[in-house]
Amino acid sequence: MTSVVEAPPGSRVQLRLLAGTHDGRLDSHLAQHGRLPVLDAAQVIGLARDAGLTGRGGAGFPVWRKLSAVAAAGRPPVVIANGAEGEPASGKDRALLTYAPNLVLDGLQLAALGAQSAVLYVPAAAHRPLQTLIDARRRAGLDRVPVRLVAAPDAFVAGEETAAAAAVAGRGAVPADKLVRITESGPGGSPTLVQNVETLAHLAMIARYGPGWFRAAGTADEPGTFLATISGAVASPGVVEAGYGVALGDLISAAGGATSALSAVLVGGYHGGWVPAAAALPVSRAALTAYGASPGAGVIVALPRHACGLMETARIAGYLADQAAGQCGPCVNGLPRLASTLTDLAHRRARPGLPAEVDRLARLVTGRGACRHPDGTARLILSAMHAFEPDVAAHLAGRCLAAGASR
Amino acid sequence: MSRLHVDWTACDGRGLCAELLPELLAEDDWGYPVPKGDLTVPPALEPAARQAVDRCPALALRLTAVSAERAPASS
Repeated sequence: MTSVVEAPPGSRVQLRLLAGTHDGRLDSHLAQHGRLPVLDAAQVIGLARDAGLTGRGGAGFPVWRKLSAVAAAGRPPVVIANGAEGEPASGKDRALLTYAPNLVLDGLQLAALGAQSAVLYVPAAAHRPLQTLIDARRRAGLDRVPVRLVAAPDAFVAGEETAAAAAVAGRGAVPADKLVRITESGPGGSPTLVQNVETLAHLAMIARYGPGWFRAAGTADEPGTFLATISGAVASPGVVEAGYGVALGDLISAAGGATSALSAVLVGGYHGGWVPAAAALPVSRAALTAYGASPGAGVIVALPRHACGLMETARIAGYLADQAAGQCGPCVNGLPRLASTLTDLAHRRARPGLPAEVDRLARLVTGRGACRHPDGTARLILSAMHAFEPDVAAHLAGRCLAAGASR
Repeated sequence: MSRLHVDWTACDGRGLCAELLPELLAEDDWGYPVPKGDLTVPPALEPAARQAVDRCPALALRLTAVSAERAPASS
């Protein structure tokens, strides 16, 4: 799913990171964007703050605050560009690392000012071309801070911030307890900064074109563009770039349009939420909060009316339960129980109190793990119970609304 | 004021904390603690909270000073 789809004329889809030739070559990158301006760490923090840049890995935390926290620690940090992308429905980091890897590596240099070394944490399959590029950039004198590749395992939680830091420190890629923030002291004792690769690519653009330029896309509260991975019942699944607040319908159109009538759209990925398939719905945190969803890492999955949303959610819940790191009791025990209870509902094995039990378990696991894996799983399931409410009632009566829908 | 912190990666659900601090903690279906609130420890419960921290067999509990703000859990 690394194809970059072309935007139809008149749509609000807006190419920035993915504009131009995007062949991944250093010479085309330099021809298009030139070298990075010379900046110090304080200037980079100021630019990120003025631009309102937030993390593109899912949580959406202000980048300047993490940069400041690491700088305030006063010791050389470990800086990690996170391209683990363990989310099966996401392909945007892989697309970015294929089409515009130089922007990521530029951004990594900006975030790593003052660091001894920087790390690009991506699946091993992507290492060979990236190592060649890293060597070429080093020879060209572009990268003052040496960059090391570390393999991200193919696991859902491997991209979680503390899991990435652990993997880079040579440990298992599993989330850690957060009593001590890694921005103060990571697994190896050094202050540790983890930023999603797309976030770093935006930082590289902001350094060249300025915060004002960055803010010309998106909304006042959620500035800039984001990469969306669009899949499901669309003609051309792939990666699209658009400003926050883009209409959901514009994103679906950019992916070739829906291939059949849609019953709902999953926004924000497997830790996201189901929202109505409403073309005018803005894809922004502000507009999606009402549905318990957020743009997250830009995952959009279109569900056709003839597919059962409860079945699809039960499948995802089963996958997420399997992907638990196995460390925290409430997640290890709660997620499989939650998934099997939802699966009973999806398969119309009705029993009294089944929806209430799903609700109870979802609330029970929330907030009770080292990471947000239980919270995200619970959020997805609660959103499904809400979005597919008529189907919940039908399933309890032994019927399925999707089964009767025409294709 | 202080707050109780559970390291979920260390906790193995022995249940001692919920016995010592029923005002703050219940137990879930598997014996793991369930916070009843945000785990802020009122002064009257400090001694019981300290006892729970000291006696946790998995060393999974900490008492922390309540701070205004926390960084996010994920990138």
